[in-house]
Amino acid sequence: MSLATATAVYAQGQAGTRGAPSAQAAAPVDLTGYWESLVTDEDWVYRMVTPRPGDYAGVPLKPNGLQVMAAWDPAKDTAAGEQCKSYGAPAIMRVPEHLHITWQDAQTLKVETDAGEQVRLFNFVPSTAAAQAPRTWQGYSVAEWEFQRQGAGRGPGKAVWGALKVTTSNLKAGYLRKNGVPYSEKTSVMEYYDPVQESNGDGLMIVSSFVTDPVYLFSPFVTTDNFVKLPSAAGWKPSACSAMW
Amino acid sequence: MASNQLRLRVRGMAARGMAFVIALIFTSLALLVEPQVVVAQEVDLSGSWTSPPTNNVLEVYEGPFTDDWTGMPLSAAGRALAQSWSAGALAEPERTCQLYGQWKYMTFPFEIKIWPSNGGPTDQIVAWNLQKAEDEGGMKIWMDGRKPPSKYLDYSRGAFTTGHWKGSTLIAETTHLKMAPARNNGGYYSDRSTLTSTFIPHGDTLIMVFDLNDPVYFTQPYVYSRVWTRATRPASTAWPPCIVNYEGVAEGVVPFYLPGKNPLLNQMMQLFHVPEYASEGGAQTMYPAFRDKLKADYLKLYPTFPKQCTQYCTNFRGQQAAGNIPQPSASPAAKSGRRKPQSKP
Repeated sequence: MSLATATAVYAQGQAGTRGAPSAQAAAPVDLTGYWESLVTDEDWVYRMVTPRPGDYAGVPLKPNGLQVMAAWDPAKDTAAGEQCKSYGAPAIMRVPEHLHITWQDAQTLKVETDAGEQVRLFNFVPSTAAAQAPRTWQGYSVAEWEFQRQGAGRGPGKAVWGALKVTTSNLKAGYLRKNGVPYSEKTSVMEYYDPVQESNGDGLMIVSSFVTDPVYLFSPFVTTDNFVKLPSAAGWKPSACSAMW
Repeated sequence: MASNQLRLRVRGMAARGMAFVIALIFTSLALLVEPQVVVAQEVDLSGSWTSPPTNNVLEVYEGPFTDDWTGMPLSAAGRALAQSWSAGALAEPERTCQLYGQWKYMTFPFEIKIWPSNGGPTDQIVAWNLQKAEDEGGMKIWMDGRKPPSKYLDYSRGAFTTGHWKGSTLIAETTHLKMAPARNNGGYYSDRSTLTSTFIPHGDTLIMVFDLNDPVYFTQPYVYSRVWTRATRPASTAWPPCIVNYEGVAEGVVPFYLPGKNPLLNQMMQLFHVPEYASEGGAQTMYPAFRDKLKADYLKLYPTFPKQCTQYCTNFRGQQAAGNIPQPSASPAAKSGRRKPQSKP
């Protein structure tokens, strides 16, 4: 058996071409449904509770980022209506929460969170106009499928598995952690959504995030977050953004 | 009558023969168009892989606090073991090398080297090998469909692992695990555990997912994931083997704490204001609903935090402030008794 790189990409342009299947029809995996955070590692103290003021362990923060972090004032953020600063796309998958993933249309995957009641739209057909709209907490996301194939030695083979790759930009500046560890509006986020199966048969989704910020970070802030698939909406508990908790 | 029957028989044979020839032609054409052997499209995982020091930094780089079992699905037995555990146990001759189990491929900071083993008449890949710069016994993922050895075999740190491809994802199943820490503060898994490892390649990025199932010390699987990227330099795997030596604890002596007598169960409260019902772990601490339980207690104490964090607050030992992502040092902090392996005599 020869070795070959088997990951193929459902190119963004392909989704819009005549005759090509929609992103929904071409999906190699089904990510839709309800998911719940599974917080199993020692980053627990940065995720399940509000981190200590000034604690940025693990974040490759530049000195100018330290100054911004030192000025963190949750009361001030709340008064300014900016209590969602720690719920932006670079941080939202780290928040312990439930996700509800649905197809908004055949080319757009929608991810809703109960924590902070955020909505992310993953666009398989990029739009220049939308990408240049005013900045938001969730920014503008472009999505593509990565296919993993299995089949005969010649030809592309049958797609048996895959992952979702999402690239997000056009963000409002916010916090990587609740305690004011900052990211700037020049930040971009690249994420992989990989479904796997847990040993007890439960569905799992691993979200790997690469947060790049030329202003406040020396190097990408790379993390993984685990989600377990739920059979229903049980546990879905919408809550407004909170600057303190 | 007889000649009619003979004609019919000959006609039947001719029809069957024609059908056979047609089937043969189609089969040959199909074979020409596409081989019939269905195989996964494997990915070459070989090389050196490094993990950015940004995920799970406390455990991977600094070592866990003595009472931090947050996010671990410990059973009552697992919790009792963890709370009675003393780091001095690792100085027992029987346990000197216990630290180095297969789980450490996920949680130790060092780079991983992966390479294939070839064999058989066609020199195909029969196994994938993982090795780190410590003596975990290696992880050899057999791809040749071999059966596991007897469960009565003496288990080694290398355990026994088989794998298969699903698309370009490698899924490995490990049995015959020796008892070892899943967290270096007494959070153990037993020798009845099984480990499912998933290796998901995305170009020069490799996502590893470990799923540890232990019917003794866990109430549900312990899932852990981490990102690796191709290293620009070869991984060093040249550490000496773990050798049992005298480390101040005589054979037969077992350092431990009696229930309720462990003086080190308040670090999480002192440093992070995390109450004991959270720091002692358990499956309930892994889910968002647990935040609701914590909220009132935690926020009541939050105003008592100093304005600036004073301990374990920076990125990896502050060295990134210089603009570098350093490789971890060979001797991570030993807050919970993490120790270097013995040098060769």
